[in-house]
Amino acid sequence: MELILATAIGILAASGVWLLLRPRTFQVIIGLTLISYAVNMFIFSIGGLRTGADPVLNGGDIAHYADPLPQALVLTAIVIGFATTALFLVVLLTSRGLTGNDHVDGEDGTS
Amino acid sequence: MPDYALPSAIICLPFVVSVMVLLLRGLGRRQNLSAWLMTSTGLLVLLLSAYLYPAIADGGVVRQVIPWVPGLGLDLVLRIDGFSWLFMLLISGIGALVGVYARYYMSPDDPLARFFALLLAFMGSMLGIVMSGNVIQLVFFWELTSFFSFLLIGYWYNGASARDGARMALIVTSGGGLCLFGGVLLLGHIVGSYDLEAILAAGDVVRAHPWYLPTLILILLGAFTKSAQFPFHFWLPQAMSAPTPASAYLHSATMVKAGVFLLVRFWPVLGGTTEWSWIVGGIGMISLILGAYSAMFEQDLKGVLAYSTISHLGLITMLVGLGSTLGVVAAIFHIVNHATFKASLFMAAGAVDHETDTRDLRKLGGLRRHMPITATLALVAGAAMAGVPLLNGFLSKEMFFAETLAVGQGPLLDALSVVIAVAASAFGVTYSLRFVGGVFFGRVVDDLPRKPHEPPLWMRFPIGFLALLCLLVGMLPARMIGPSLDAAARSVLGGDMPTYSLAVWHGLTTPLLMSIFAFVAGCLLYVRLREYFSSCEAAPLTGRLSGKRIFERVLAVAAADVPQRIERRYPSRRLQSQLLMIVLLALAAGWIAAASAPLGLELGGSDIDPAFALLWLIGAVCAVGAASQAKFHRLAALILTGGAGLVSCVSFVWLSAPDLAATQLLVEVVTTILILLGMRWLPKRIAGMAVETRWQRFRRRRDVFIAIAVGAGVASLAYAAMTHPVSESISRFFLENAYTGGGGNNVVNVILVDFRGFDTLGEISVLAIVALTVFGLLRRFRPAAESISMPVQQQQQTAYDAAAPDRAADHSLTDYLMIPGLIIQLLSPVILLFGLHLFLRGHDLPGGGFVAGITVSVALILLYMAGGARWVETRLRVLPVRWIGAGLLMAVLTGLGSLAFGHPFMTSHFQYLDLPLLGRIPLATAVLFDLGVFAVVVGATTLMLIALAHQSLRRPREVPAAAAAAEGET
Repeated sequence: MELILATAIGILAASGVWLLLRPRTFQVIIGLTLISYAVNMFIFSIGGLRTGADPVLNGGDIAHYADPLPQALVLTAIVIGFATTALFLVVLLTSRGLTGNDHVDGEDGTS
Repeated sequence: MPDYALPSAIICLPFVVSVMVLLLRGLGRRQNLSAWLMTSTGLLVLLLSAYLYPAIADGGVVRQVIPWVPGLGLDLVLRIDGFSWLFMLLISGIGALVGVYARYYMSPDDPLARFFALLLAFMGSMLGIVMSGNVIQLVFFWELTSFFSFLLIGYWYNGASARDGARMALIVTSGGGLCLFGGVLLLGHIVGSYDLEAILAAGDVVRAHPWYLPTLILILLGAFTKSAQFPFHFWLPQAMSAPTPASAYLHSATMVKAGVFLLVRFWPVLGGTTEWSWIVGGIGMISLILGAYSAMFEQDLKGVLAYSTISHLGLITMLVGLGSTLGVVAAIFHIVNHATFKASLFMAAGAVDHETDTRDLRKLGGLRRHMPITATLALVAGAAMAGVPLLNGFLSKEMFFAETLAVGQGPLLDALSVVIAVAASAFGVTYSLRFVGGVFFGRVVDDLPRKPHEPPLWMRFPIGFLALLCLLVGMLPARMIGPSLDAAARSVLGGDMPTYSLAVWHGLTTPLLMSIFAFVAGCLLYVRLREYFSSCEAAPLTGRLSGKRIFERVLAVAAADVPQRIERRYPSRRLQSQLLMIVLLALAAGWIAAASAPLGLELGGSDIDPAFALLWLIGAVCAVGAASQAKFHRLAALILTGGAGLVSCVSFVWLSAPDLAATQLLVEVVTTILILLGMRWLPKRIAGMAVETRWQRFRRRRDVFIAIAVGAGVASLAYAAMTHPVSESISRFFLENAYTGGGGNNVVNVILVDFRGFDTLGEISVLAIVALTVFGLLRRFRPAAESISMPVQQQQQTAYDAAAPDRAADHSLTDYLMIPGLIIQLLSPVILLFGLHLFLRGHDLPGGGFVAGITVSVALILLYMAGGARWVETRLRVLPVRWIGAGLLMAVLTGLGSLAFGHPFMTSHFQYLDLPLLGRIPLATAVLFDLGVFAVVVGATTLMLIALAHQSLRRPREVPAAAAAAEGET
């Protein structure tokens, strides 16, 4: 399981970073989304993977529960990620409106 | 009210009334109410201070300590002794008079509530400086006065001079404030306490410490910038763009006195050394003579007073610097005297400006004919400024002369100080004559911008009251000011009181002869050089070396030249290359870390579940697909990204995190809609249109390589993190206390709304800010109409509508998505109910305010999609900004609620409640907080989505107009 998830995180991060280095704003926003998936999975997986653990208290032994800490962290990360994506999208649109193109540098060069 | 709480009441009063003035601004005749509130606040503070007099009369101190962070030595300490008490009288008394004056001076068209609210807030901050018993607290109020002074100078912010003057004053005084802060920290470090009492008692330790000189210089920088002493004096004349009541209050009577207040306050700690005498005495001397000299050549009525203020503050500084105890007494005496006559003169200058619409000395003259009473009052105050006998200015000036005769710092300094004192005094006589004689006496001018009249009674009253005080103190000094001056001096000097006598006649002494000489010289100077004064543009010698110009040059270098130079050295201005550098830097950092401490990867971990492997195979294909398609096939890339998101969502379920899965799913939906809405505005990009250069091909290969390196690094790091055992984390505490402490079974939710509620408050604030920013940015954004054509589908529909005879234009819009639209309409109440369900169960089962909020906004946005923005908005008023505001307010209030019960901020309380139908539900105050989260999320999400959707809505309205215009041309 760990091997699969680690590889998956790597692939998500690689695709995201490749897009991050592209010249078009839309590519960058998709890249950031992919990187945020990778990072969320990464934070979540710290401390080990648990399948079939109880997420909600039901009076049993504490060892049976899933670790709530990374979950709370990732929940916050998802929300902030959503906010930054929205902000970036609008900055992208404004830049498009101001410069007339969708290059990250605002000028359509040779790329 | 118990006496020990009186100081905090005094200090809070102006701030509270300030807010009240703003809240009540819609009521009644505004200027009356605000001015009345200001004056009565001043009077009330005056009365409360007077009530405290017995406690401080014999060197006593009133202290109130409110513990804050005792471990760091940070307490709110309010401390009133004789010296601060005298300042409190000045601040409150002149504040009350300024309130009366400003009521008549200011035009009703100005935003008066703002003006009075600022004046009141300034009063509070100034009281804060003089009443601070903790030096860090003192710096805090110090900076507040700089800030309110900035706002008051820039009150008429339409004028460039007001803005420039305000900015200059802020930069100079708050820069000095920072120095003061540094000095105070050093001082606290030397003494071991920030408490003023302890610092005042540790003078010997401080003076002997190796850090004495840096401490002294930093504190003096603060005092000199605030009191407009050379070489920082230039901001004060520029600050004269402030409304005159503010000038009278801040820039003559109180705020600029804060610097000399500080000098006198710290005199027992820092004073008495050679460094102190040279720096403080020297700077005071230069400011004294420079201010008086420049004032003679000034043409602006308020400019004369500003330079005169610099000069008089220099006099006070010099007195403190000379180092004798008698000098300190004279300094305190002159602080009071200067405040009375200068405030009165400023108000008189304002009255002239008010009546004639000009402040230019060259244009004014003979106003005695039109405004005799004002002329008489100004004559009295002006005579006090010149130091004419029987007025208060004369007495403190005599003391000053006596002091200069007894300096004892070597023959050079002794002689110099006497000469400079007499010269500055003569100049003072000259500019006083110019001020009073030039404006009110002499040739009567007829071509004034306005026909002058005597100003209203209540505008003359404050001038008259202060002029009367000048007279009374001048004639009966011992009776009028003797006891309070004694109390003030005693609190600074302790037991070491010098003998001095406050009498008008001391016999024919040397100081008196100096006075007479200065007076005659000043009169001669005025008579001889009168014509020259009114014709010159700037003061000879010093006029060309303008501090203002130097300041502007320095500002230009620091704010433009230096940054530009740094930017030129930067490797690239292009964001794309900068992103590359960031990624490479991160990669290098990771590489170095991994090389120095190997991750220790070993194969292991739990068995591979084939279903999970298959799931992530799909996820990987989606991710790589999205990466490859994002340039030319945006929709495909977006769908593939969504696929990867769904795969991680399923993994969350798989790995026992249902809360995350639900949140991820819903956020996925909203993000996709958001990007879909935005995608419409991006330019079309078709594969194979542009020829790829060799450089581009190289760059792509290079980036693939970098991406693979990053991916491999992240994967191994993730693997290492997953397989290494975790040490005991705080999770155990959360699991054990979630139910007993937070009243919820869903630990994740309890962490968010209870244990770490403060973080969540920050998080929803971020969300709210982002939503408002999105809204604000989009209001400005207009894509060029010709760069974006109507979508193909819409064009086809319009063409179809136009072709068919039985269809009106936009007819297809109403038919659009008819059946899905109906389904969505029917479903939306169900979705809303589901949102409510998620919200209510959130504390015990997966769900919560955030998920519920997104669910509700998804319901709303589905309605928008199905029916169109206009259809929804004619039926439903969505006010997202109010949702955001209400949500934030609710969250903060819930947090504050616990304070009322004596618990720290954000402590939650819970109990169970039996409700009919719903059964037993947990009712923690955290639920209220969660409700705030819910409202913010609903508001923020819908605000962003609707703002984006409205971009499209503008198009159909614009296009017909453009089309009609095009038809008209052909």
